Formats: sequence, structure tokens, C-alpha cells
Amino acid sequence: MPKIHGMTIALIGSAIAAVGVMIAPLFVDLFQIMQLTVFAAMAILALSLGFIWGYGGILCFGQTSFFGLGAYAYAVAAINFGDSTPAIVLAIIVPVIFAALLGYFIIYGGVSDVYLGVITLTVSLILLNLVNSTAGDVYKIGTARLGGFNGIPGVPTINMPGDSSYILSPEQAWILTGLALIAVYLGLRVLIASTFGRVIIAIRENETRAALLGYDPRIYKLLTFMIGGAVAGFAGALYVNWGAFVSPTIFALGLSAQIIIWVIIGGRGTLVGPIIGCLLVQWMVTEIGSQQTLDASFILGAVLIGFVLLVPKGIAPTVRDFVAARLSRSNSDTVIEDVKQ
Amino acid sequence: MSVTPLLETKNLTIRFGGVTAVNNVNFTLREQELRCLIGPNGAGKSTFFKLLTGQLQPTEGHVHLRGKDISGAFPHQISRLGVGIKTQVPNVFDAMTVEENLWIAARQKHTPIFSSDLAEAIMTQLRLTGIAKREVGQLSHGQRQWVEIGTVLAGEPDLILLDEPAAGMTHDEVDRTAELILEINKKRALVVVEHDMQFIRKIAKTVTVLHQGAVLIEEDVHTALQDKRVQDVYLGKGLAV
Repeated sequence: MPKIHGMTIALIGSAIAAVGVMIAPLFVDLFQIMQLTVFAAMAILALSLGFIWGYGGILCFGQTSFFGLGAYAYAVAAINFGDSTPAIVLAIIVPVIFAALLGYFIIYGGVSDVYLGVITLTVSLILLNLVNSTAGDVYKIGTARLGGFNGIPGVPTINMPGDSSYILSPEQAWILTGLALIAVYLGLRVLIASTFGRVIIAIRENETRAALLGYDPRIYKLLTFMIGGAVAGFAGALYVNWGAFVSPTIFALGLSAQIIIWVIIGGRGTLVGPIIGCLLVQWMVTEIGSQQTLDASFILGAVLIGFVLLVPKGIAPTVRDFVAARLSRSNSDTVIEDVKQ
Repeated sequence: MSVTPLLETKNLTIRFGGVTAVNNVNFTLREQELRCLIGPNGAGKSTFFKLLTGQLQPTEGHVHLRGKDISGAFPHQISRLGVGIKTQVPNVFDAMTVEENLWIAARQKHTPIFSSDLAEAIMTQLRLTGIAKREVGQLSHGQRQWVEIGTVLAGEPDLILLDEPAAGMTHDEVDRTAELILEINKKRALVVVEHDMQFIRKIAKTVTVLHQGAVLIEEDVHTALQDKRVQDVYLGKGLAV
């Protein structure tokens, strides 16, 4: 049953955020705009895990597989076609197909949740090593050389659909990425409020009961996994577009771990949470990176431990519960449910 | 000419290593029949239910639903054929409200709007309307049992399996459960597993007694409860037989 009230809040918040995205270039300099662009692309990646883990109950340790495949698919397609529009489409299709195959064997094979994490992590490392060893002229797709550990430089960035000579300026790329983040957020919100969304939450809560009521948990989990792959792949395309460069490190362990940290800090079971967690951690890492005394990974580890011990639910659910408690004390009831998400 | 029974098991058997939990059970249930299944702990009652609903696969034998062989089918497939089960330990969606639990159950077959109406009707029938917006995880054991029974009803099955529906309920709640079962039985067949013999006497017509995985006797409730063998297998269990 869709929460009308909650959806209204999401829409108003998104509208304000959209206006913020549009006017940001008037107030901040180009360097910060570039910074915000990569933060927003990463926040979409955070949303992909926030969705499949927080709502589908699937802890995927290798969300970078889909992110990286999306990035490479975009790069290869953009070089071959000289046009970014079909490249973005491919950056979604390729990870979805990969997620469908991988997810089919894991989920229909009856592999338990813990091993799903192990398998997905391993797959991302296999992709890392695979792409790493594609240096040399023989490894190319069409005109795009994969470049092994050197990566693919000079990837064409996003152009206007239908006019490949009109390349988006950094400000326009920021607006595109920022609005894409909001669109993905709203899309997932609508999905969660739909019957499909209700059912995947039910399966997360009690798979046995869902099956005994006639829902096949496997197909729902597989579709959830594929949607997560699509969103991560899209994030990958936007990420490549930011730096015009992609290398195998995109599959590396560090990023896989970071995505999980974003979601834990921001809060599982919400969509705003992973965005907040992602932006906060990235901002923090950037700030710490600009000074030399303390190591960023060290601080990040300490922050994570602090959160797990003190704010185990994460930022967004903790704030939500606090607001809900205050409201129910002053009002009467009913509002609690609506503030959710 | 005999009528096809609603449910029929033929030589149904499951072994876990050396233990035969359900042993060669031939069980037949007519349309709209109410059957009570009793037996001491470890008799194989819950395992039998798991075999009927596809949660376990039989080692040998078959389960037929209206003549159709459903042995080896998945739980969701059997559910769609019209079998609903309330499990021994309540299986409910804890982080969702009572209303949402029932809505999800109804939505499998029905449109969203009809599902809301059906959920509403069942909450009225089960007197859950007052806690409609509460999260099921915060409710008492008895209330969670009612919610689970509600989700089973919302699936509108032809055959309902209830595994200890009165466990952990107060005296009044037990009476209400008995009334409810008789009411449900006007339209649907039920198999009820229960240890509370007073409860069994209230609702039962025919009783099947399981002992060590096999059917001991299958009789009219009064005959069954006075049978020497039934009393023997229960003896020392402290039950009011």
C-alpha cells in the first residue's frame, strides 16, 4: 500500500534538490562542480546497494562488478559509436545481462545469503584480474583498446542526444548527473511503493511465509538483483563521463568495501540514507586527503566502527525514528508510518 | 463411483539419515472436511505438514491434491493450488504492519483495491482492526498467531493446515479460535494439529493419531480419545486424555 504522505515528502524534497542542482553552478566554482559530479555518480552506486540490500535483503559484496562493467561498456561503446546515447543504454544493458546470469546461478542454485556475498566479491576480483590482463593491441573491441592495467583514456564524454558534436560542458554534465541521481531515487521510491516493492520487502522479512503465500522468492530476488545491476551500471557510465577515463581499479576491493560503508553509515532500509552516507564519507575522505597528518583509511575505519557501535541503524533511520517519536508525542499516531523512508 | 478426495497421500515417507520422521502415511481428506491430527511430540505432525506444503520433499510416496500429484512441487506452486498453512512457529512479516501482512497475502490473487477490502474484512473477522497499523514484530505471540491465520485466510485457500493454532493463547482466545475454525469450515477444509484435548473435543469430528511417524488410528473423536493405544502413547506426557 503506497504511503501517500511519504511520497509527497519525497517529491517535495526531490523538487528542492533539483532546483539546488540547477542553480549550483552559479554559486560554486568549477573544481567543486566536478567534485559534486563524481559524488553524485557515486551516490547512484550507493542507491543500487541500498536498494538490493536494504529492501531486497541481498548483501552483494561485488556491486563494483556492475559499476565497472557499466563503465567499460560505456567507454567501449562511446569510442566505437562516437555518440554517448547508445553507450549509456549499453552501460545499463550489459550489467543487467551479467547480473541475470550470475544471479540466476546463485539464486536458483539455492546458494545461501552469506555465500552470495563471497561469490559476488570473488566475481569482482576475477573481473579486476581479467581486465587487468588485457594490455596489448590484440585486446580490443571494435576500435576500442581495453588497455589492461593502463585503462582506457580519452573516453568521449556525454553529448546531446542526436547531436554527437554538442559535448556537454562540465556544468551541464553536473546538472545531468545530479538530476539523474534524483530520478533514480524517485524511480526506486515508486518501485518500493509498488506491489513488487512490497513483495520484495515481505521476502526480506520472511522468505518462507512469502513462498507459502504463493510468491516465488527466487524470481523476485533475481529481478531485484538485476535492477541493482542496472542502477550500478548507469552509475558507472556517469563516473566514466566525469573523468573521461576508466581503469581496472574500478573493480578493486577498496570501492566494494566503501559502498557497504556508505550504506551502513547512511542507514539500511532507506533510500535517502545511502545517498547521505555516500556524500558524507566522500566529502570526509576528500577533506582528510587534503592534509598529510592522518591516513584517510584509518579515519574511515574509525568512523565505521563508531557508527556500528553507536548508531547501528545508520543516520537516516535514526533521524526518522527520532522525528517520529517527537511527532507521536505531540500529535497522536498515524504520522509515524508516513514519515518512513 | 468414488469422488476424488481433496487431499490424498500415498505411502508418504521421509527419512532424515536413520530417522524415519513420517512413515508410510496414507491420509485422505474430503472437500470441506475438518480433521484433527494429534500425537505426542516427535510424532511427525509438523513434518507431515511440511511435506504437504512442499517445504520438504518426500523420500518415498506421493501427495495428491484433487487427483493431481503435487509431490516435489515448490511451496509457492502448492500455495497457488489452494493450500494455506499456519506454521507452528509463526511465520509473519515482522517489519510490516498487520494491514500490510494481510494485503500482501491477498494481493497474490487479487487487485490492489480488492486486496485492501479483503484485508479489511479479515481484520474485522479476526478482530485485528484495532492493531491494523501496528508492526507485527511488536505484537504478542497470540496476536502474531492471529495475524498469521489472517494471512492464510487472505490467500483464500481450499485447504487450510493449522499447526497448533491455540498454543500460547488465553482461555478466551482458545474459545474464539475454536469458533473461528468451525466458521471457516463452512467453506473450506481444514487439518488442525493441536495438543490441547479440550480444544480438540470442541472442534473435532474425525481424528487421526500419528505415532512415530505412522498413523496409529483414524477414528471418530470420542472413540479415538478413549482408545487404549492412544492413551498409551500419550501416557506420562501430562495431557488431559
